[in-house]
Amino acid sequence: MADTISIYLVEQVLLVTIPDNITDTEIVDLLENLSERIVGEAARGVVIDIASLEIVDTFVGRVLAQLSSVAGMLGARTYVVGMRPAVAMTLVELDMDLPGCRMALSLTQALRELRRDGLA
Amino acid sequence: MTERGSGASVVVALRDEHDIALARREVAKACDRLKAGALRKVRFITAVSEIVRNAVDHGGGGQIEIDVDQANKMITVRCTDTGPGIPDMDLAMKDGYSSARSMGKGLGGAKRLVDRFRIENRPEGGIEIWMSSRL
Repeated sequence: MADTISIYLVEQVLLVTIPDNITDTEIVDLLENLSERIVGEAARGVVIDIASLEIVDTFVGRVLAQLSSVAGMLGARTYVVGMRPAVAMTLVELDMDLPGCRMALSLTQALRELRRDGLA
Repeated sequence: MTERGSGASVVVALRDEHDIALARREVAKACDRLKAGALRKVRFITAVSEIVRNAVDHGGGGQIEIDVDQANKMITVRCTDTGPGIPDMDLAMKDGYSSARSMGKGLGGAKRLVDRFRIENRPEGGIEIWMSSRL
Protein backbone atom coordinates (compact mmCIF):
# COMPACT_ATOMS: atom_id res chain seq x y z
CA MET A 1 0.00 0.00 0.00
CA ALA A 2 1.40 3.37 -0.98
CA ASP A 3 1.84 5.94 1.78
CA THR A 4 1.46 8.98 -0.41
CA ILE A 5 -0.66 9.98 -3.36
CA SER A 6 0.91 8.94 -6.66
CA ILE A 7 0.13 10.47 -10.05
CA TYR A 8 1.35 8.88 -13.29
CA LEU A 9 0.66 9.91 -16.88
CA VAL A 10 -0.27 7.08 -19.25
CA GLU A 11 -1.71 7.70 -22.73
CA GLN A 12 -2.76 11.28 -21.87
CA VAL A 13 -4.54 9.94 -18.80
CA LEU A 14 -3.45 10.81 -15.28
CA LEU A 15 -3.64 7.79 -13.00
CA VAL A 16 -4.06 8.81 -9.37
CA THR A 17 -3.76 6.40 -6.46
CA ILE A 18 -5.07 7.54 -3.09
CA PRO A 19 -3.62 5.71 -0.07
CA ASP A 20 -5.64 4.73 2.98
CA ASN A 21 -5.60 7.12 5.92
CA ILE A 22 -4.92 10.10 3.69
CA THR A 23 -5.14 13.34 5.67
CA ASP A 24 -7.59 16.11 4.87
CA THR A 25 -4.75 18.42 3.90
CA GLU A 26 -3.25 15.89 1.50
CA ILE A 27 -6.50 15.31 -0.35
CA VAL A 28 -7.19 19.05 -0.59
CA ASP A 29 -3.62 19.55 -1.90
CA LEU A 30 -4.40 16.90 -4.50
CA LEU A 31 -7.09 19.16 -5.90
CA GLU A 32 -4.49 21.82 -6.68
CA ASN A 33 -1.71 19.47 -7.79
CA LEU A 34 -3.96 17.49 -10.08
CA SER A 35 -5.34 20.63 -11.70
CA GLU A 36 -1.80 21.77 -12.51
CA ARG A 37 -0.86 18.34 -13.87
CA ILE A 38 -3.95 18.24 -16.11
CA VAL A 39 -2.96 21.53 -17.71
CA GLY A 40 0.78 20.83 -17.72
CA GLU A 41 0.44 17.38 -19.29
CA ALA A 42 -2.55 18.25 -21.53
CA ALA A 43 -4.33 15.26 -20.00
CA ARG A 44 -7.66 14.21 -21.51
CA GLY A 45 -8.62 11.86 -18.72
CA VAL A 46 -8.13 11.28 -14.99
CA VAL A 47 -8.59 7.94 -13.21
CA ILE A 48 -8.67 8.08 -9.42
CA ASP A 49 -8.11 4.72 -7.75
CA ILE A 50 -9.69 4.55 -4.29
CA ALA A 51 -9.31 0.79 -3.77
CA SER A 52 -7.09 1.43 -0.74
CA LEU A 53 -9.69 3.60 0.98
CA GLU A 54 -11.44 1.62 3.69
CA ILE A 55 -14.05 4.33 3.99
CA VAL A 56 -15.20 7.42 2.09
CA ASP A 57 -16.82 9.94 4.39
CA THR A 58 -18.68 13.10 3.40
CA PHE A 59 -15.49 15.20 3.35
CA VAL A 60 -13.57 12.86 1.04
CA GLY A 61 -16.70 12.41 -1.07
CA ARG A 62 -17.04 16.13 -1.47
CA VAL A 63 -13.40 16.49 -2.55
CA LEU A 64 -13.75 13.64 -5.07
CA ALA A 65 -16.77 15.42 -6.55
CA GLN A 66 -14.79 18.67 -6.69
CA LEU A 67 -11.86 16.94 -8.38
CA SER A 68 -14.18 15.65 -11.09
CA SER A 69 -15.78 19.06 -11.57
CA VAL A 70 -12.46 20.91 -11.79
CA ALA A 71 -11.00 18.31 -14.16
CA GLY A 72 -14.09 18.68 -16.33
CA MET A 73 -13.63 22.45 -16.46
CA LEU A 74 -10.10 21.80 -17.68
CA GLY A 75 -11.26 19.41 -20.39
CA ALA A 76 -10.42 16.11 -18.73
CA ARG A 77 -12.94 13.35 -17.98
CA THR A 78 -12.62 11.77 -14.55
CA TYR A 79 -13.34 8.23 -13.44
CA VAL A 80 -13.30 7.00 -9.85
CA VAL A 81 -12.37 3.31 -9.75
CA GLY A 82 -11.89 0.61 -7.15
CA MET A 83 -14.67 1.55 -4.77
CA ARG A 84 -15.31 -1.26 -2.31
CA PRO A 85 -18.88 -2.61 -2.20
CA ALA A 86 -19.31 -1.71 1.49
CA VAL A 87 -18.15 1.85 0.75
CA ALA A 88 -20.67 2.15 -2.10
CA MET A 89 -23.50 0.92 0.14
CA THR A 90 -22.49 3.33 2.90
CA LEU A 91 -22.37 6.29 0.50
CA VAL A 92 -25.89 5.45 -0.66
CA GLU A 93 -27.03 5.45 2.97
CA LEU A 94 -25.39 8.84 3.38
CA ASP A 95 -27.37 10.00 0.33
CA MET A 96 -24.13 10.99 -1.41
CA ASP A 97 -24.19 10.38 -5.13
CA LEU A 98 -20.84 12.06 -5.90
CA PRO A 99 -22.22 14.45 -8.52
CA GLY A 100 -20.09 14.69 -11.64
CA CYS A 101 -18.05 11.58 -10.87
CA ARG A 102 -18.03 8.80 -13.44
CA MET A 103 -17.57 5.47 -11.74
CA ALA A 104 -15.91 2.35 -13.14
CA LEU A 105 -15.24 -1.00 -11.51
CA SER A 106 -11.59 -1.05 -12.51
CA LEU A 107 -8.78 0.87 -14.15
CA THR A 108 -9.14 -1.42 -17.16
CA GLN A 109 -12.79 -0.51 -17.60
CA ALA A 110 -12.11 3.22 -17.22
CA LEU A 111 -9.28 3.13 -19.78
CA ARG A 112 -11.45 1.12 -22.17
CA GLU A 113 -14.14 3.81 -22.02
CA LEU A 114 -11.61 6.62 -22.42
CA ARG A 115 -10.08 4.89 -25.46
CA ARG A 116 -13.52 4.22 -26.93
CA ASP A 117 -14.25 7.94 -26.80
CA GLY A 118 -10.85 8.92 -28.19
CA LEU A 119 -9.57 10.39 -24.92
CA ALA A 120 -6.71 7.91 -24.43
CA MET B 1 -3.84 7.61 22.92
CA THR B 2 -4.16 5.73 26.17
CA GLU B 3 -5.36 2.28 27.09
CA ARG B 4 -7.70 2.22 30.06
CA GLY B 5 -8.43 -0.10 32.92
CA SER B 6 -10.24 -3.08 31.40
CA GLY B 7 -8.05 -3.18 28.33
CA ALA B 8 -11.18 -3.00 26.17
CA SER B 9 -11.36 0.81 26.16
CA VAL B 10 -9.19 3.13 24.14
CA VAL B 11 -9.05 6.93 24.30
CA VAL B 12 -7.80 9.00 21.39
CA ALA B 13 -7.15 12.72 21.82
CA LEU B 14 -8.53 14.78 18.94
CA ARG B 15 -6.31 17.75 18.18
CA ASP B 16 -5.75 17.81 14.44
CA GLU B 17 -6.42 15.94 11.20
CA HIS B 18 -3.86 13.25 12.01
CA ASP B 19 -5.95 12.33 15.03
CA ILE B 20 -8.99 11.91 12.78
CA ALA B 21 -7.08 9.20 10.90
CA LEU B 22 -5.81 7.72 14.18
CA ALA B 23 -9.34 7.54 15.60
CA ARG B 24 -10.51 5.74 12.45
CA ARG B 25 -7.67 3.24 12.75
CA GLU B 26 -8.42 2.53 16.40
CA VAL B 27 -12.12 2.02 15.67
CA ALA B 28 -11.19 -0.27 12.78
CA LYS B 29 -9.04 -2.34 15.16
CA ALA B 30 -11.93 -2.54 17.64
CA CYS B 31 -14.26 -3.67 14.83
CA ASP B 32 -11.73 -6.34 13.87
CA ARG B 33 -11.58 -7.56 17.47
CA LEU B 34 -15.34 -8.04 17.28
CA LYS B 35 -14.98 -9.80 13.91
CA ALA B 36 -17.36 -7.29 12.33
CA GLY B 37 -18.63 -7.86 8.80
CA ALA B 38 -17.32 -5.54 6.09
CA LEU B 39 -20.45 -3.42 5.72
CA ARG B 40 -21.11 -2.96 9.44
CA LYS B 41 -17.45 -2.07 9.97
CA VAL B 42 -17.41 0.51 7.15
CA ARG B 43 -20.70 2.02 8.34
CA PHE B 44 -19.44 2.48 11.88
CA ILE B 45 -15.99 3.82 10.94
CA THR B 46 -17.60 6.26 8.51
CA ALA B 47 -19.91 7.52 11.26
CA VAL B 48 -16.92 7.92 13.59
CA SER B 49 -15.03 9.83 10.90
CA GLU B 50 -17.90 12.31 10.65
CA ILE B 51 -18.14 13.02 14.38
CA VAL B 52 -14.40 13.24 15.06
CA ARG B 53 -13.94 15.62 12.12
CA ASN B 54 -16.73 17.75 13.57
CA ALA B 55 -14.90 17.77 16.92
CA VAL B 56 -11.60 18.80 15.33
CA ASP B 57 -12.93 21.32 12.83
CA HIS B 58 -15.68 22.96 14.87
CA GLY B 59 -15.35 21.76 18.45
CA GLY B 60 -11.87 23.00 19.27
CA GLY B 61 -10.67 19.42 19.62
CA GLY B 62 -11.60 16.87 22.23
CA GLN B 63 -11.38 13.13 22.61
CA ILE B 64 -13.07 9.90 21.67
CA GLU B 65 -13.44 6.86 23.90
CA ILE B 66 -13.88 3.49 22.21
CA ASP B 67 -15.40 0.58 24.11
CA VAL B 68 -16.13 -2.93 22.93
CA ASP B 69 -18.45 -5.48 24.47
CA GLN B 70 -17.19 -8.82 23.21
CA ALA B 71 -20.06 -10.82 24.68
CA ASN B 72 -22.72 -8.81 22.86
CA LYS B 73 -20.58 -7.88 19.86
CA MET B 74 -21.26 -4.22 20.57
CA ILE B 75 -19.05 -1.20 19.93
CA THR B 76 -19.67 2.12 21.64
CA VAL B 77 -17.92 5.45 21.21
CA ARG B 78 -18.25 8.66 23.18
CA CYS B 79 -16.87 11.78 21.54
CA THR B 80 -16.60 15.07 23.42
CA ASP B 81 -15.31 18.42 22.25
CA THR B 82 -14.48 21.77 23.82
CA GLY B 83 -16.26 24.04 21.35
CA PRO B 84 -19.17 26.42 21.78
CA GLY B 85 -21.81 23.73 21.48
CA ILE B 86 -24.64 23.66 18.96
CA PRO B 87 -27.43 26.20 19.49
CA ASP B 88 -30.00 24.42 17.31
CA MET B 89 -29.48 20.69 17.60
CA ASP B 90 -32.42 19.76 15.35
CA LEU B 91 -31.06 21.96 12.58
CA ALA B 92 -27.55 20.52 12.94
CA MET B 93 -28.89 17.00 12.45
CA LYS B 94 -30.62 17.84 9.18
CA ASP B 95 -28.97 17.09 5.86
CA GLY B 96 -27.91 20.35 4.31
CA TYR B 97 -26.54 21.85 7.52
CA SER B 98 -23.16 22.43 5.96
CA SER B 99 -19.88 23.35 7.54
CA ALA B 100 -18.39 24.15 4.12
CA ARG B 101 -16.06 21.17 4.62
CA SER B 102 -18.70 18.54 4.17
CA MET B 103 -21.72 17.95 2.00
CA GLY B 104 -23.97 18.96 4.86
CA LYS B 105 -24.71 15.34 5.68
CA GLY B 106 -22.13 14.75 8.40
CA LEU B 107 -23.94 14.46 11.74
CA GLY B 108 -27.26 13.39 10.25
CA GLY B 109 -25.42 10.86 8.13
CA ALA B 110 -23.55 9.50 11.13
CA LYS B 111 -26.85 8.98 12.94
CA ARG B 112 -28.21 6.96 10.02
CA LEU B 113 -25.17 4.67 9.99
CA VAL B 114 -25.35 3.46 13.60
CA ASP B 115 -27.88 1.60 15.72
CA ARG B 116 -28.07 4.17 18.52
CA PHE B 117 -27.05 7.83 18.46
CA ARG B 118 -27.30 10.60 21.04
CA ILE B 119 -26.00 14.15 20.84
CA GLU B 120 -26.24 16.85 23.48
CA ASN B 121 -24.66 20.06 24.62
CA ARG B 122 -22.56 19.55 27.74
CA PRO B 123 -23.22 21.84 30.73
CA GLU B 124 -19.49 22.57 30.94
CA GLY B 125 -19.35 23.47 27.23
CA GLY B 126 -18.88 21.61 23.99
CA ILE B 127 -20.96 18.70 22.78
CA GLU B 128 -21.04 15.01 23.51
CA ILE B 129 -21.95 12.42 20.91
CA TRP B 130 -22.58 8.83 21.92
CA MET B 131 -22.97 6.11 19.30
CA SER B 132 -23.35 2.38 19.51
CA SER B 133 -23.84 -0.50 17.10
CA ARG B 134 -24.06 -4.23 17.25
CA LEU B 135 -21.48 -5.56 14.83
